[in-house]
Amino acid sequence: MRYESLLDAVGGTPLVGLPRLSPSHEVRLWAKLEDRNPTGSVKDRAAAYMVAAAEKDGLLHPGSVILEPTSGNTGISLALVARLRGYQLICVLPENTSAERRMLLEAYGASIVPSPAAGGSNEAVRVAKNLAAENPSWVMLYQYGNEANARAHYETTGPELLADLPEITHFVAGLGTSGTLMGTGRFLREHVPGVQIVAAEPRYGELVYGLRNLSEGFVPELYDESVLTSRFSVSSADALRRTRELLSEEGMFAGISSGCVLHAALGLAAKAQAAGQRADIAMVIADAGWKYLSTGAYAGTLAEAEARLEGQLWA
Amino acid sequence: MAIEVRIPTILRSYTGGQKAVEGSGATLEELFADLDGRYEGLRERLIDDSGVRRFVNVYLNDEDVRFLGGLSAPVSDGDTVTVLPAVAGGAR
Repeated sequence: MRYESLLDAVGGTPLVGLPRLSPSHEVRLWAKLEDRNPTGSVKDRAAAYMVAAAEKDGLLHPGSVILEPTSGNTGISLALVARLRGYQLICVLPENTSAERRMLLEAYGASIVPSPAAGGSNEAVRVAKNLAAENPSWVMLYQYGNEANARAHYETTGPELLADLPEITHFVAGLGTSGTLMGTGRFLREHVPGVQIVAAEPRYGELVYGLRNLSEGFVPELYDESVLTSRFSVSSADALRRTRELLSEEGMFAGISSGCVLHAALGLAAKAQAAGQRADIAMVIADAGWKYLSTGAYAGTLAEAEARLEGQLWA
Repeated sequence: MAIEVRIPTILRSYTGGQKAVEGSGATLEELFADLDGRYEGLRERLIDDSGVRRFVNVYLNDEDVRFLGGLSAPVSDGDTVTVLPAVAGGAR
C-alpha cells in the first residue's frame, strides 16, 4: 500500500483472529491491531482528527502551542502531528508513567510538564486546565471532551470493523477518554442491530485513586452511558495475566491495556459459549508492548510483575 | 456467607479504616441500607436521589451496576461489590 505521507497512513489497521483464545468456531475473538498506526497506537486516529478540526476552526496557526494532559499515547500521537504540521506541543504527564513514554515524547520534540503521581490522570487534567487558563494563546485540544476524538472512530474505526466483520456481535475496547467506545459504538449500533458495546476499565492500585473528595471525581465529557451495554473493571493482575496470554497463545506482543480488554472479551465469550449463542467479538489492541518493557510486565512471575506495576498508570 | 464490599481509601473513615466490610440484602439498595446501620453516613456518600452518585462507580463482581439495573441490581451471598471513585484513567 502506498501513502503520500505518514499522516495519510493512519488507520486501515488489520483485524486478526485469535483462534487459540477463542472458545469455539461459533464463538470467535478478533483483534483490531491499532499498534499498526504510525506512532504505534490507536491514538493516532484521534490526534489526526483533533488537529484537523482545530485547523478547520482556525484555532491553530504556524508555530501555535498545543497543550494536552496525557499520560502517553495521545501525547506521542499529537507530537507526530504537531511536528509534521508545524506546531509546538506541551504535554502534562503524570510522574508515574513509564520512562519510554517520556523518552518518546522528547524524541518527537514535545515539552513535558510533570504532574503529581497521586491522582493519576485526574491530576494531569487539573494541571493542564490551570495552565490553559494562564496561557490563553495555547490551544488545549482536550481529548476527554473533543468531539473530533469520538468522530475519528465513528468515521474510521467503526466502518473498518463493519467491513471486515459484518457478523460482529460484540465490540470491546478500553475505557479512558471513551472516544474509541463512543465513536465506534455509535456507528456499530446504527448498523448492527443488537450489537453489544462493552467497556473494559483498568482498576489501578489505591495510589492512583488518591485521597480526593468524591465530589472531585472525573467523568470524561465525551462519555455517554447510553452508548454502552456493559462496563467491566479489570484488576492489574488479570490484565497482566491476559497480556501474557496474548503473547504466549497468539504471539501478540500487546500493551497491558490490551490484556484488560482481552479479560473482558473472554468473559463475554464464555457467557456466549455457555448460552449456546454464536458470537464474533472484536476487541481493540490499543498499542504494542514496547513502551511497557521497563515496567517488568513481561518478565518474572505474575506476582512480581503485579508488584512492580502497583501505583503505575499501565493503561 | 455474606456479600463483601470493598471500600476505597477516601471512604474508610466510615468503616473504621477497614478495606472491606460485609453486608447482606437481596438488592444493592438493601445492601447499602444494611451497611448504613453499622457504618453510618456511608450510604449517603455513595448514592443520591438519582441512584449511584456521578463520581462514584460501584461494581458487582467487576461489572458496573449502572448496566445491571442500578440500585435494584440483585445481589447474593458470595458476591463482591467494589466501590471506586471515578478517575480519568491512564494512557490517554
